[in-house]
Amino acid sequence: MRPTMTNIATGQTIPLAAQETPEHSHAHPHDHEHRSHSQADHEDHHHEKKTVLLEQAILSKNDRLAERNRGWLAERHILALNLVSSPGSGKTTLLEKTIADLQKEFPVSVIEGDQATLHDAERLRRTGCAVVQINTGAGCHLEADMVARGLESLQPSTQSVVMIENVGNLVCPALFDLGEQARVVILSVTEGEDKPLKYPHMFQSAHLVLINKIDLLPYLSFDIDQCLRYVNMVNTSAQVLQISAQTGEGLSAWYRWIQQHRSIGPDGKGL
Amino acid sequence: MHELGITRNIVNIVTEQAHGAKVTDVTVEIGKLSAIMPDAVRFCFDVVSQGTSLEGASLHIREIPGQASCHTCGITFPLEELYDSCPCGSRNITRLSGEELNIKDMVIV
Repeated sequence: MRPTMTNIATGQTIPLAAQETPEHSHAHPHDHEHRSHSQADHEDHHHEKKTVLLEQAILSKNDRLAERNRGWLAERHILALNLVSSPGSGKTTLLEKTIADLQKEFPVSVIEGDQATLHDAERLRRTGCAVVQINTGAGCHLEADMVARGLESLQPSTQSVVMIENVGNLVCPALFDLGEQARVVILSVTEGEDKPLKYPHMFQSAHLVLINKIDLLPYLSFDIDQCLRYVNMVNTSAQVLQISAQTGEGLSAWYRWIQQHRSIGPDGKGL
Repeated sequence: MHELGITRNIVNIVTEQAHGAKVTDVTVEIGKLSAIMPDAVRFCFDVVSQGTSLEGASLHIREIPGQASCHTCGITFPLEELYDSCPCGSRNITRLSGEELNIKDMVIV
């Protein structure tokens, strides 16, 4: 299945040319070998092996595109957040609530990543914000080029906030920089307090950890202090906030965090 | 399965750099703390390289063990997990290796 992008306002879906393996339309290398065999002089250099040093980061292409996104966003004073979590942590509910509460103060738009369906984008569209849905197909995470296409389609206004809801997955999205200003990991209390140790890459790369669904704590054996210790073992600098997107508890601290990051600005200067 | 994405990146970069020449060997470095499974990359490599100048090439994976240095006691020690602390108990450490994801070289004919 190929990745696609749907602009929820226009309903238009376009295929995203994800990193295809280039096909070679020019002469097949075997021709070359055959020719050398048929030649009477058997020139040796046709079979010479040559080692070519590459010394390149495997993710260099994604990293370059992510830097380009970062520059694009910084120029426009846009705060972009990469929201990551396992499926079912309450990311979309949190976004619905956040957008409803904040969009009177500044415009918020969403790049929504899922393997399939437009469900989440349609839910968020009802809040009145601009949304593009990226369906990654076989892919388990968003990549920087998908976000670039999403930004192109959304055309977010200057000084706005772009929420990038990554594919629900605590493994793969950790490796892929999207050009965001900050990475926010959402962990719900129904998932167990040891997730930070089980998925250290994700938690290590986070700037903020939101512990969601705290309204359910009375019914669970989730040890929140232990969870905080685990987060701290993996990442000493991440801020942690306890929230319930359902009841609204703790959301004001999350909104203050967003406001602070808006005023810091992507380039570290005030907006 | 982010190994598929990783492998596509390897094949794309090598194909670009080979400029159509036949590639017989590719060497990559994968850190043991990188969350990438070498076996999964090997599996994907055969599939992804089909129909490219890398088809049939041998993929050599150098696994790089994790290492860190401690700012408290000054030793260098092996790092089994990303969040390990120094044997002295300090967590004021700098990771030196283990997170590599690099393409080192290729052999072309």
